[in-house]
Amino acid sequence: MFGLPRALAVDAAELQRKFYVLAREHHPDFHQAAPPDERARVEATSAIVNAAYRTLRDPIARVDYLVRLEEGRETKEGATDRPKGPPALLQEMFEIQEALAEAKTGALDDAARATLVEQREGLRARMAEEEARLAGPLSARWDAAAPAERPAVLAVLKEALATRAYLRTVIGDLNEVLGEETSVAHHRH
Amino acid sequence: MSRIIGIDLGTTNSLVAYVDEATGLPRVIPDAEGRPLLPSVVAFTPDGIVVGEAARRQLARRPADTVYSVKRLMGRGFDDVKDDARYLPFRILPGEGLVKLAVGGREVTPPEVSAAVLKALKERAERHFGEAIEKAVVTVPAYFNDAQRQATKDAGRIAGLDVVRIVNEPTAASLAYGLHRLSAGVIAVYDLGGGTFDVSILRVKDGVFEVLATNGDTHLGGDDFDRVLALWLLEDIAARHHAELDRDCVDLARDPEAMQELRLAAEAAKIRLSSEERTTLTLPFAGFTYRREITRAELERLVEPLVARTLGPCRRALADAGLTAADIDEVVLVGGSTRVPLVRRRVQALFGKPPHSQLNPDEVVALGAAVQAYILAGGITNMLLLDVTPLSLGIESLGGIGNVLIARNTTIPTSAREMFTTSVDGQTLVDLHVLQGERELAKDCRSLGRFELRIDPMPAGMPKIEVTFLIDANGILQVQAKEQRSGKAASIEVKPTYGLSEAEVERMIEDSFTYAEADVETRMLIEARNEADTVLVHAERALKQGAQLVDADERAAIEAAVAALRAARAGDDRDRIREATTAVNRATEHLAELLMDAALKGALGSRRATEILGER
Repeated sequence: MFGLPRALAVDAAELQRKFYVLAREHHPDFHQAAPPDERARVEATSAIVNAAYRTLRDPIARVDYLVRLEEGRETKEGATDRPKGPPALLQEMFEIQEALAEAKTGALDDAARATLVEQREGLRARMAEEEARLAGPLSARWDAAAPAERPAVLAVLKEALATRAYLRTVIGDLNEVLGEETSVAHHRH
Repeated sequence: MSRIIGIDLGTTNSLVAYVDEATGLPRVIPDAEGRPLLPSVVAFTPDGIVVGEAARRQLARRPADTVYSVKRLMGRGFDDVKDDARYLPFRILPGEGLVKLAVGGREVTPPEVSAAVLKALKERAERHFGEAIEKAVVTVPAYFNDAQRQATKDAGRIAGLDVVRIVNEPTAASLAYGLHRLSAGVIAVYDLGGGTFDVSILRVKDGVFEVLATNGDTHLGGDDFDRVLALWLLEDIAARHHAELDRDCVDLARDPEAMQELRLAAEAAKIRLSSEERTTLTLPFAGFTYRREITRAELERLVEPLVARTLGPCRRALADAGLTAADIDEVVLVGGSTRVPLVRRRVQALFGKPPHSQLNPDEVVALGAAVQAYILAGGITNMLLLDVTPLSLGIESLGGIGNVLIARNTTIPTSAREMFTTSVDGQTLVDLHVLQGERELAKDCRSLGRFELRIDPMPAGMPKIEVTFLIDANGILQVQAKEQRSGKAASIEVKPTYGLSEAEVERMIEDSFTYAEADVETRMLIEARNEADTVLVHAERALKQGAQLVDADERAAIEAAVAALRAARAGDDRDRIREATTAVNRATEHLAELLMDAALKGALGSRRATEILGER
C-alpha cells in the first residue's frame, strides 16, 4: 500500500509523507458528495490506511506484523490471549507472581509495596531492553538474512516478542495492584 | 454542495460561523444587535421557549425554568450529574438512562434543550444568508465520549440540522490558527471552557493536522471557578450578616433566586479580576446590602486546585504522544477561562513557553468549525484534519474492559474486527456490551450500549459472527455484524445506555413542531416583558430600601411610573412596555445613585459613588 519494501527498517520520513498522501486520497472529508455506499467504502479504506500507518511507524508493531505475515496468520490487532511466560523467565517471575497473588487478596503494607515498586522498575528496564533489541539488532538481522536463514531469525523474533508481551502483562498486573495508572497498556509500544 | 455552517455549541455561549468565499477567511455571524455570542441559556416560559440573552436575563428571576450549562448533562446518566444537580436550580429527575429535566411543566432531555440553542443559531444564519440552512459542523470537547457525541448529533436532528461532522474543539481551534498563523511543528492546544477541559497535541505539516494525543476532563471549567467563588461568598455573607439573616429567617443557600444572583455576581467578579487586581462586589438582598472587595490573589487561592487539575491531563497527553514539554513548538489557548491570569501562568510553566492567544478565545472554535465545514463543502482541498478517538473501546468481560479493541488516541476513522459465536444450541441472539474508557481509570470507564445481534438458529459454537466496530470521523461508533457461514448480515439492535433511541429522536422532532419556539414577534414581546420584570424588581427594592432618601414628590413620581409599567406589561403592546420601562429607569435614576452612595460610604469614605465608578 505504501510502496515500501518488506523490511523491518523503515524510512520514517518517507513513511509519513506517503501516509499523508494516502490519507488525503481516502479521507471521508473529501468524499462528502459521494453516494452513501461509496462514502462507507471510503471510510473503511481510510480505517485501513490509518491502521497500516499505525503498524508501520512503530518498530515493535512492525515485527509483530511481519511474524504474522510470514506465518500466514490472519492479521489482527492486539493479542487476545494472555501471553505465556518464556521458560527462561519463569524462575525469576515465580517470586513476583507469588507476591502479586498475595497482594490481590490482602492489603499491601509499605514494605511489600516498596518491593513491588522496585521489582516493577526492574521489569520496565528489562522490557525497554527487549524492545531495543527487537527494534535494533534483531530487526537488522532479519533484513540482512538470506532466505534460508529466515526461519531461524523468525523464531528469535517470536521469542523476543513473547518475552516483551509477558513482561508487559506482569507490569500491567503490578500497576493494577499498586493502584497506579498504567501508561504501558495503551502506550504506543 | 449546499452551504454548511460551523457551530460552537458551548457550555456558556454558542456561536455560528462561515467561511467568506471572497476572502477565504472564517467569520462569526452576529445577531441583529451585533452580538456574536449567543448565551447557551434556554427559558421555558408559559408563552414559549426563549433562547439566549433574553433567557439569560431572567436566570435570577425564574431559576427553576431557565436551563443553563446543559452541555454538562449531555449524554449522561443521573448518577453522573448528581453533584451538578445539587447546584443547578432547575430540577433533574432521578432515573435510569439519559437524564431528564423537569422545567416549564414538562419533561425535557438535554439534547432537546441544546436543540433550542442550535435552532436559534440556524435561524441567525438563515437571516444572514437569506436562504434555508440544513447542514452544520458542530464542535464538541475532544474528551467527549460516544454518548455525548451522539447526544450532540441528536440535538442537531431535533433542531432540523444534519450534523455532517462532529469536530473536536481543540482541533477546530488549531484549524482556525492554522489558516495563517501556524508554521509546521508540534502544537499543544489547551482549551478550558465553561464546563469542559481538553488538551490536544498535534503535528502540523504539509497542510495535514495530525492529532497525536488528546486528554481532558469533561467536568471541569469556568462554571467550577464561579461555584467555588460563590460558595466562598456565601460563607462570608453568613459570617458578616448573620444578624440580618437570623432576624429575617433567611437561608440563602435554599433560595434559588438569591443563589443565582450570587453565581452571576461571582462570574462577573471573576471576569473583572482577569484585567484588574481588585474589584468590589455589591449585592442587594432583601433587608441588607452585601458589599466586599475581592483581590485577584484571593480568587487565585480559591481556583488554584481546579487549575492544578488540568495539568495531569496535559502530562498524560504528552506521554501518549511520546513527547516531552520541550518538544512542543507552540502552545495555543482556547476558551474563555484561559483569560484567567493564573491559568496562563500555569500553562506557561508547564510547557516552558508563552502561549498564543491572538485569536479571540471565545470565537476561535467556531471559526475552526467553519473552516472544517468549508473543507467538507469542497472549498478547501489542501488542509486535512486527522483526529483521534479519546477513549479506548472494548467489550465487557467479567465486569471490566476485558479486551481493548481500539486503543485511545488511535487515528480515526478506525476499525477492529472480532469473531463471536454462540454457547447454546439454537441460540438466535448474541448480546454484546460495549464499554468505553480506560481500565486503569474505573470512573472513566462506562457503558456505551448493548448491541443485540440476531442470527438464524444453529448448534452451539457453529455460527461465526464477524463483528466490525468502526469509529467514524465523528468519533462515533458504528457496528456491523455478518454471520460468515450464511454470509448474511446479522440484524443489530442498538440500546444506548445514556442516549435516545431512534424512536425518541423522531418523537422529539415531531414535538419540536408542537412546542414550536415562540415566533419573532412573540419572542420580542417576551423579551420586553422580561426586561420590565427586572426593572420592576429593582425599582421596588430601591423604593423599599431608600424611601427616606428622596422627597414625597419624587417618591410619587416613581410610584406612578411603576404603576404605568405594570399596566403596560399586562397588555400586548411591546413598544408601550419598552417606553414605560425606560420611564421607570429614568424616574429611579436619582434614587439608585443615592442608594449606591449610601452603600459605598461605609467602606470608601465620603466620595461620591460616581467618582469612584468613574475611576475604573
